[in-house]
Amino acid sequence: MDLYEHQGKELFERHGIELIDRVVARAPEEARAAAERLGGKGVVKVQVQVGGRGKGGGIVLAQSPEEAEEAARRMLGEGFSGNPVTRVLVEGLVDIAAELYMAITLDRSSKRFLAMTSSEGGVDIEQIAEASPEAIRKATIDPLMGLAGYQTRYLVGGFPEEARKGAADVLTKLWTVLTASDATLVEVNPLALLGDGRVVPLDAKVTLDENALFRHPDLAELAKEFVLDPTEAKAKEQGLQYVKLEGEVGIIGNGAGLVMSTLDVVQQAGGAAANFLDVGGGASADLMATSLEVILSDPAVRSVLVNIFGGITRGDLVAQGIIEALGRVDARVPIVVRLDGTNAEEGRALLAEAGHEKIVPAATMLEAAEKAVRAAKEGGA
Amino acid sequence: MSVLIDKDTKVVVQGLTGREGSFHALRNRGYGTDVVAGVTPGKAGEQVEGIPVFDTVVEAVGDTGANTSLIFVPARFAAEAILEASDAGVGVIVCITEGIPVQDMARVYAYLRGRGQVLIGPNCPGLISPGKANVGIIPHEITMEGSVGLVSRSGTLTYQIMNELTQREIGASTCIGIGGDPIIGTGFVEALELFEADDETRAVALIGEIGGDDEEKAAAFIAERMSKPVVAYVAGFTAPPGKRMGHAGAIITGSKGTAQAKAEAFEAVGVKVGRNPTEVAEHLASSL
Repeated sequence: MDLYEHQGKELFERHGIELIDRVVARAPEEARAAAERLGGKGVVKVQVQVGGRGKGGGIVLAQSPEEAEEAARRMLGEGFSGNPVTRVLVEGLVDIAAELYMAITLDRSSKRFLAMTSSEGGVDIEQIAEASPEAIRKATIDPLMGLAGYQTRYLVGGFPEEARKGAADVLTKLWTVLTASDATLVEVNPLALLGDGRVVPLDAKVTLDENALFRHPDLAELAKEFVLDPTEAKAKEQGLQYVKLEGEVGIIGNGAGLVMSTLDVVQQAGGAAANFLDVGGGASADLMATSLEVILSDPAVRSVLVNIFGGITRGDLVAQGIIEALGRVDARVPIVVRLDGTNAEEGRALLAEAGHEKIVPAATMLEAAEKAVRAAKEGGA
Repeated sequence: MSVLIDKDTKVVVQGLTGREGSFHALRNRGYGTDVVAGVTPGKAGEQVEGIPVFDTVVEAVGDTGANTSLIFVPARFAAEAILEASDAGVGVIVCITEGIPVQDMARVYAYLRGRGQVLIGPNCPGLISPGKANVGIIPHEITMEGSVGLVSRSGTLTYQIMNELTQREIGASTCIGIGGDPIIGTGFVEALELFEADDETRAVALIGEIGGDDEEKAAAFIAERMSKPVVAYVAGFTAPPGKRMGHAGAIITGSKGTAQAKAEAFEAVGVKVGRNPTEVAEHLASSL
């Protein structure tokens, strides 16, 4: 779960990291008032869960309260790269002497944590890594031992002399943020050395582990501030794994790997998936019905592909669920069904018996993908 | 032979008295697996269809000689369950539980390092050596004995591929579901090492997906150390960056962990990559 910058900064502040003055504004007028309070000028930053804000016009230097209001109006009205925007962050202008980089992340490869610093902050770290890897200092942190003092000294050792003490303090506190909040990433880019010698994060990127939210009820609350796609919200309510994509074929499958594989096969058949819905193991009739409702509520869907491999999940129950769903929802598009594994034959027989005009049976995954893609194209014509 | 589990496997099920635990423990026993004990704190002395329940793993091991643990306990207690199994001296620990916080797993992994025990999972379907033992939730109905070693990050996708193999009358020596989490005990490399050393295994199917670099490490290992043919599959070519595709570990971060990069890593070392599950089965059939 990626936090908004302002949420990340609030988390930093709770752990004693010093920040510059800032105000969250949810309306253009609030942004204007914020700029007035911050001395007439400010930086207006769009609050979204995606990157690329600097290049995409999501960060505006406002020379007056009017300019701040105007920038906020545009961001709140237009959204940012396809994402709705509900708030901006207005920050005061500061005198920046140097822009640095600092991050701690879960390193899957070593199964430990990795701290990284660079004195070339302000640009994408992947770019720095490519252009000048020697400009990055790294240290692997043992999860049982934690960030050690010598590691901190090394990590800030490449920074300008006057930034080192302040940066070491921020880094130590970032480690606390990471461990205390069950974060998998805390990244500050840029970390600024100010003209007066203070070292402060100008940005905050924090990713929290959703599996650990049960022990952080306060952090779980933060998710309520995110803007969810309506279909995504409905799926979440039902406890289903749902991901919205760009295409026109709605996909239901059991198990993450099988669903991903189904998306790929749909593309090989010349189509694209509109979404991803994993009903998981042991899918019941009721769960199947709910899943179909969720998928069909996405207006982009022009055909549906149900791909179930029965292990513990039984094909006859899946078929019952589909039939039940068709009694509950308006099946406005063809539903291609491919059942295999446990009780698949019984399931196929049930579907044939129901004889619903929208149900299209398919024997294999590849055949199902071809049929679903064709149906989506014909529906669109 | 087979790897990790066989006729000598004696299983203790942690979380035996739960719904999932009892359902699958009894299925495993029905298949012929020697399920000798269960552990649920506070329920010592009870039985589940004749399987004795203990308060702690160390007592279960002491009384029954269990050498393998199968874990079904809820996510918030699962990390501790793994540590408990480790401290009780169990050789193979299989954790089915999904949703364990990754920092818990980072600490557990660090604790287990160098202790010589094998952890499979978490967030996995377990493993089966057809005809010998089933430790986990893989449906034995779609398996048959044979000489292909399967290792996979995904459950149902493995079933799909195994089913296609079984339809072609190609059986498996052992099928290992290593799990879909960012930090798992046994990775592809460790599984490949086991299959390479196993007399019965003649070819390996490796089923990967987006996220992390375990497939790339596997490709390097295959180039340096594997003499047996390996056929690979990678799911998630169409997955957009930054979206978690069902599994906690199935995510492309920045430009890292794409299916394209993984498939290329395999092909660069001469490993055939199936474009879909059917092609994987076909490639395997021709490599045997």
